[in-house]
Amino acid sequence: MLIRIPKASDVKPSEITPKSLFDERRKFLKTAAVAGAGLAIGSIGGSAEAGTVKLPDLTKTKWNAETVGKELTSYRSVTSYNNFYEFGTGKTDPITYAKDFEPKPWAIKVDGLCENPGTYSYEDLVNPHKLEERVYRFRCVEAWSMVVPWVGIPLSDIIKRLAPTGDARYVAFETLNDPDRMPGQKRRVLKWPYREGLRMDEAMNPLTLFTVGLYGEELPNQNGAPIRLVVPWKYGFKSIKSIVRISFTAQQPPTSWNMSAPREYGFYSNVNPEVNHPRWSQAKERNIGEFLKKPTLMLNGYDEEVASMYAGMDMKKNY
Amino acid sequence: MSGTQGWTAAIVTPILSPMSSNTLIRRVLKPVVWGLSLAPALWLAWLAWQAVTVNPDALGANPVEYLNRYLGDWALRFLLVALAITPLRILTGWTQFTRFRRLIGLFAFFYVVLHLASYIGIDQFFDWLAIWKDIVKRTYITVGMAAFVLLTALAATSTKGMIKRLGGKRWNWLHKTVYAAGILGCIHFFMMRKGLQLEPIIYGGILLSLFAVRLLGKLRRG
Repeated sequence: MLIRIPKASDVKPSEITPKSLFDERRKFLKTAAVAGAGLAIGSIGGSAEAGTVKLPDLTKTKWNAETVGKELTSYRSVTSYNNFYEFGTGKTDPITYAKDFEPKPWAIKVDGLCENPGTYSYEDLVNPHKLEERVYRFRCVEAWSMVVPWVGIPLSDIIKRLAPTGDARYVAFETLNDPDRMPGQKRRVLKWPYREGLRMDEAMNPLTLFTVGLYGEELPNQNGAPIRLVVPWKYGFKSIKSIVRISFTAQQPPTSWNMSAPREYGFYSNVNPEVNHPRWSQAKERNIGEFLKKPTLMLNGYDEEVASMYAGMDMKKNY
Repeated sequence: MSGTQGWTAAIVTPILSPMSSNTLIRRVLKPVVWGLSLAPALWLAWLAWQAVTVNPDALGANPVEYLNRYLGDWALRFLLVALAITPLRILTGWTQFTRFRRLIGLFAFFYVVLHLASYIGIDQFFDWLAIWKDIVKRTYITVGMAAFVLLTALAATSTKGMIKRLGGKRWNWLHKTVYAAGILGCIHFFMMRKGLQLEPIIYGGILLSLFAVRLLGKLRRG
């Protein structure tokens, strides 16, 4: 073990180059390197490393840093404390083992009950839309939480283009299944591929975000590059990462954690302080960066936007 | 087996010969075991000090979880090492292993106490109602608490005086419950993880193989 004693001459956190400036320099170096490589081997392109590419012209929404009611979780915590079992079950496994993952080129297969099925590239899906910044509270089923400035497109805008038919009542999603690129899949912690799903009205809710970035940049690999879902009133595992398939179905689709432990993880998995996980209480949460636990809010504080979808439904039974 | 014991003794005895085995144990091996046993706690203290002074990231993004898991991991590891003493004696034939059993067992208890203290004082921050609800409602915490109660009884009766007071037979019977504590500890660990994870299975596997060696030793002796 390496014990590092800080010296007086060491760089203090406050002296480190501001991230924006650092990124500018990196981008310049990278462009120069790519151009150089292009000259050398006669091809230009070479996608830059994910997570370091700035996303320009973000539309500010009513879900922003001022209205979220809490301080943003640090970029470092958001990108180094992750549950992404495709890269290992430890919290720091994803940042370690997703380092070399190449998220582009990327394609999503769209099938099932819709008028525009087919295979869409990342650019097909994302480029026609204006990107929005959405600062959401994020609540993990393990009783910790964060506040994250995501970047994305309302999922409803994407779904409208895919034109589901009248029979489509659910939307199912699948994560990439490729143990060579996602080493955590070499062990059967869950039945791969990871699967998630939403009811059509949940998928069309204005809060549901087809997410391509965070902190104004493309998604880092460990956060589900290049495309993930963010469903802020549900436990984090519903916000499926690295999506390669979208299917419109008439029946409720199977979902990974529900298949693994049906008593512990329901299809809905709405954040609810009154419905405990069988193994631990959901009444409180620890916001990453804070010491004391705080009470968890019903539907993660988004009840105004989403509670009407569950009117008359027994949330204890349909957990 | 007796063949193995023969050659182990043949190797170990000459090494020990310049000092008596008693002196070696007291002057060298015991301090080494003390040092090794304290190392994880000292390392954690160092990280915690780093976290509050120069490097907020020293204990990761969720220091409370890190602290509690770290102490729990070491509690279970020391419990397994304590349970490995007799199997080691059976496998090597070096009977002096037994002289480290109490020390290592008490270190297992030391880490169990720190693990529980971090749960009560840091994770739950002395919210006694929440703690009580956890103990009665959450099976993995019930299981963990049961292991703690057993180990408390064993630690409290670990002195020579207590052996005399209880009588060898009763004392032996009581201290057999360390097996139960080992099983409960492994179940506690297995239950708190999500999905089918590797580490709890490894710990369980080690525990089972330790039992297997004991059983084998018993059968050999007839």
